[in-house]
Amino acid sequence: MARLPVIVVLCLLFPSAYAQQNTANTAPPAAQSCVACHGAQGQGTGSYPHLAGLGEAYFKRQLDAFASGERVNAIMKPIASGLSEEQRQALAGYFSALAMQPGGGQAGEAPTGPGRELALHGRWQQDLPACVQCHGPGGLGIGADFPPIAGQPAGYLRNQLKAWRSGDRPAGPQGLMGHIAEQLDADDLKAVAEYFASLPAAKEANNE
Amino acid sequence: MSRSLAIVIAGSVLVAGVAWSLATLLTGGTEDYRERFASESAPASEAGSSAAGQPSSPSSSQAPSPQTATAAPSTEPPPRSAIPDNQFGDLVRQGERIFNDTGQYADAYAGNDLSCQNCHFDGGRYNKTAPLRSAWPMYPAYRGKNQHVNDYAERLQGCFIYSMNGKAPPRDGEVIQALQAYSFWLAKGMPTGEEPEYRGFPNVAEPPEPPSFGRGETVFQANCALCHGENGQGQKAADDSMGFPPLWGEGSYNWGAGMHRVNTAAAFIKAAMPLGKPDLTDQQAWDVALFINSHERPQDPRFNGSVQETGERFHQHQGQYGKTVDGRVLGENAPPSGTVP
Repeated sequence: MARLPVIVVLCLLFPSAYAQQNTANTAPPAAQSCVACHGAQGQGTGSYPHLAGLGEAYFKRQLDAFASGERVNAIMKPIASGLSEEQRQALAGYFSALAMQPGGGQAGEAPTGPGRELALHGRWQQDLPACVQCHGPGGLGIGADFPPIAGQPAGYLRNQLKAWRSGDRPAGPQGLMGHIAEQLDADDLKAVAEYFASLPAAKEANNE
Repeated sequence: MSRSLAIVIAGSVLVAGVAWSLATLLTGGTEDYRERFASESAPASEAGSSAAGQPSSPSSSQAPSPQTATAAPSTEPPPRSAIPDNQFGDLVRQGERIFNDTGQYADAYAGNDLSCQNCHFDGGRYNKTAPLRSAWPMYPAYRGKNQHVNDYAERLQGCFIYSMNGKAPPRDGEVIQALQAYSFWLAKGMPTGEEPEYRGFPNVAEPPEPPSFGRGETVFQANCALCHGENGQGQKAADDSMGFPPLWGEGSYNWGAGMHRVNTAAAFIKAAMPLGKPDLTDQQAWDVALFINSHERPQDPRFNGSVQETGERFHQHQGQYGKTVDGRVLGENAPPSGTVP
């Protein structure tokens, strides 16, 4: 009973903390159109990628690109087009604040071989950096512009690399991914996609 | 049948072994080597100009030992998978770990947020970023920087003092021993003492116009800030490790490091940056090198209390130490050097 006044006082003292806690956990109404495929907590389902923990700016850019058709996707185009600017921003804020749970994603045993080699060491004879140099150790992402890729469905990752090659996805900041994908062949795409799909999507216990 | 086969194999092994020892003897011990190369000075800049003489094609006629007959002169270092599974291999692997994650595996000697591989890509294998396999066979060598003949261990210690803003690991300790083993491993098949095809960073042509801080800032914000941050502070990865290295400030290389020289940085940037898509013009590389190296960074370890004197004594080269930028003398507000945990 005595707790209530304490909480009230604390919330008055730290209004921002109160507000943050309150909004972070509340799904904006528009999230209804996401969760059927991407999971109630944005954790992904089947071949649909997880959204939880993707950077806010990155997330918003993707919705904008789906809507404009720059990122070609028959399912996402009508959905993103139907969202207002504010709704896209709200979704980006919501899903970026969710975290992947340990054991989430598609984690399995990481394959050894060329996919792992490319992921961890790149292929510098072709001036290709390692994936983890920009996507971080374990593919868990770096900052706002280099999204986590660990634990995403292999088919999804592979399709993105293909889309960069075919021009069905914007080449990304400074054209980096477009340039990299151009130098990969079909076997590379498959191998590297399978490698990252097998890694745990959550931050714990993953530091290869 | 199988017995005669075994004899043949044993015989070949014996012959190869004898030939190998002979070849080792003939290529000379340390004494010979010192005499032959002590008089040659190290290239003008640590890693910058690959100096005069474009590689006269490495002479392959120099009777390689039987074991390396097919590999010399090698065009690539041996693959990671070939590191042997024995004590030597363990030391090589430890060297590779130190090289790639210096702050974690040599934390007592690394004073900033950098790792060796930040400047020497692909674990020191990449030809365009001062590969280790080209450095190993060129020491001992005279270095203008400290005006005496340095062996490889001392050269490595220099990296820790300057580029890593730390302190020198003891030469007989694990860090130096492991890094030497790793370098030696990568240099398999490289001719000792012959100027290698790739050494340091490739030369960058002089810029059409003198480097400009203002233009450099524009280049930086458009091409570098995405990863290194708007203030050059670098970016941490999701696991809290250093994802993209800081380019100035207390977490970066100090005022004594080779990379603080504008020409060296320009050469590196031209060859290697932005990562995976190095497409800057010569002018842009020089401009942004000047911009990056016109920011405060940890003090020169040789600092004697006076920026002016330290500058006169140790900075007669293309660097910004002691110069005034934005009304402040670079070096006057430098964070301390040699900060180790």
